[in-house]
Amino acid sequence: MHDLLIAPFAEFGFLRRALVGCLALSVSAPVLGVFLVLRRMSLTADVLAHGALPGVAIAFLLAGFSAPFLWFGGLVAGLVVAVGAGALSRATGGREDATLAALYLLALGAGVAIISVGGGGGADITHILFGSVLGVDDPALLLMAGVATLTLLVLAFAWRPLVLECFDPSFAAAAGARGGAWHLVFQALVVLNVISAFQALGTLMAVGLMMLPAIAARHWARQVSGMAYAAVGIAVASSVAGLVLSYHADVPTGPAIVLIAGGAWAVSVLAGPVDGLLSRLLRRRHLAG
Amino acid sequence: MTGRRAPAGIRLDNLTLTHGARAAVHHVSGRFAPGSLTAVVGPNGAGKTTLLRALAGLHKPQGGAILHEGTARIGLLPQLAALDRAFPIACLDVVMQGLWPRLGAFRAASAEDRERARQALAAVGLSGFERRPVGSLSAGQTQRLLFARLLVQDADILLLDEPFNAVDARTAADLLRLVRDWHGEGRTVVAVLHDLDLVTREFPDTLVLARDAIAWGPTADALTAANRMKARMMAEAWADDAAACDRAA
Repeated sequence: MHDLLIAPFAEFGFLRRALVGCLALSVSAPVLGVFLVLRRMSLTADVLAHGALPGVAIAFLLAGFSAPFLWFGGLVAGLVVAVGAGALSRATGGREDATLAALYLLALGAGVAIISVGGGGGADITHILFGSVLGVDDPALLLMAGVATLTLLVLAFAWRPLVLECFDPSFAAAAGARGGAWHLVFQALVVLNVISAFQALGTLMAVGLMMLPAIAARHWARQVSGMAYAAVGIAVASSVAGLVLSYHADVPTGPAIVLIAGGAWAVSVLAGPVDGLLSRLLRRRHLAG
Repeated sequence: MTGRRAPAGIRLDNLTLTHGARAAVHHVSGRFAPGSLTAVVGPNGAGKTTLLRALAGLHKPQGGAILHEGTARIGLLPQLAALDRAFPIACLDVVMQGLWPRLGAFRAASAEDRERARQALAAVGLSGFERRPVGSLSAGQTQRLLFARLLVQDADILLLDEPFNAVDARTAADLLRLVRDWHGEGRTVVAVLHDLDLVTREFPDTLVLARDAIAWGPTADALTAANRMKARMMAEAWADDAAACDRAA
């Protein structure tokens, strides 16, 4: 047990750093994920992360694995795709999800092409797309911790309007709640969380820690707050187990954590108390009154 | 809840609302007088919901203006169908949303606020439902819950979009009693309705809408067979090659 769970972290500093970073993100990102699921925007975070890739690729060619450059490139490209998709679908009358899909496929292709043309090898592409424990340097760790702190503070203050805006935007607007402004703040937080997860989890997998626990949480609670706690719990467990798996099985961190979180989702669908498949099968008998 | 209240009316000045280039509400002028109880009727696609959303400030006029007389404290009952009824939230928390105009994002709800929310739940016949998730409610119960939220909100202008659709007869009767109470308290109520018998029985004023205002005034004068026929003809006249409207803005 000790060899399996404790020894890797005790022995290697880079694993400890990755653990601290992933735990920080586990506290903030899944809560945002819960709101994304409730808003039926589960794909948005994905699009942001994929859309960021060309920016990350260009920054990588210019400055190598320098964290601030990668973030800046990713931030700019991700915002262009997210804001551009909304504006484009409004202007052309198309459906936003279709526009988003088109843009993020384009961005993914462009990103990989840019890295290859610029002389980046397969190892670089793997690193950028799927993350690496070695990627969590001091600036990356500070960013992850800072973003998590900021996210929790904002969520604590914006909880009421976010829930109201999510549940009934028309009522909220008529009653004088500025839903649009809160929504922008929320989207900014999503972008920050995705970007800060790049180093550890990679651009393709960064969203996994945000969405999978949030989707699984639906099966553990009947209220938004309960879902948030459940999502954080699942994310924390997935981070620890994922890093252990990554170390022992020599899998990149991103896919390892996503695999564990995906397993947690599967267990939730099967055995979760709210709308889980098992509880449906077992609850043949009904209450008498 | 409170006895006398500040009068709050709404005046429409040559109001035009559009979806793209298509007019949903076309050059409508008139007045919802303070304390009036008005039904908005008309065929499907006549612009009733669009008008209500504009009155609530959710849809910007393409031309003309919506002018508030007195306060603009508005309570909106959206169409039940527009609500995500599987949303994970407890009934009491939905009712507490009605406190938003007073509490905003940050102020804490007092014990008194909580008590008011409980009383509102009781007033709509949902005592004991405080911790129940919204997802476990029937359509009629959900509509009762949304009325409780309006009770707590204590607004001067109430905009109700198809308040009695998809609910059972008893619920409709109970909710109608609340609407009557609001009218008696001097609040201004505007409701989109389909049941013309109900309108004739209970609503003093009626706006017959079919993009244009076909008639607007006392229900007996507005809701004539001729006006209803005219409204239906207007709604069915859907010309793709219609010329741009050149009526003065």
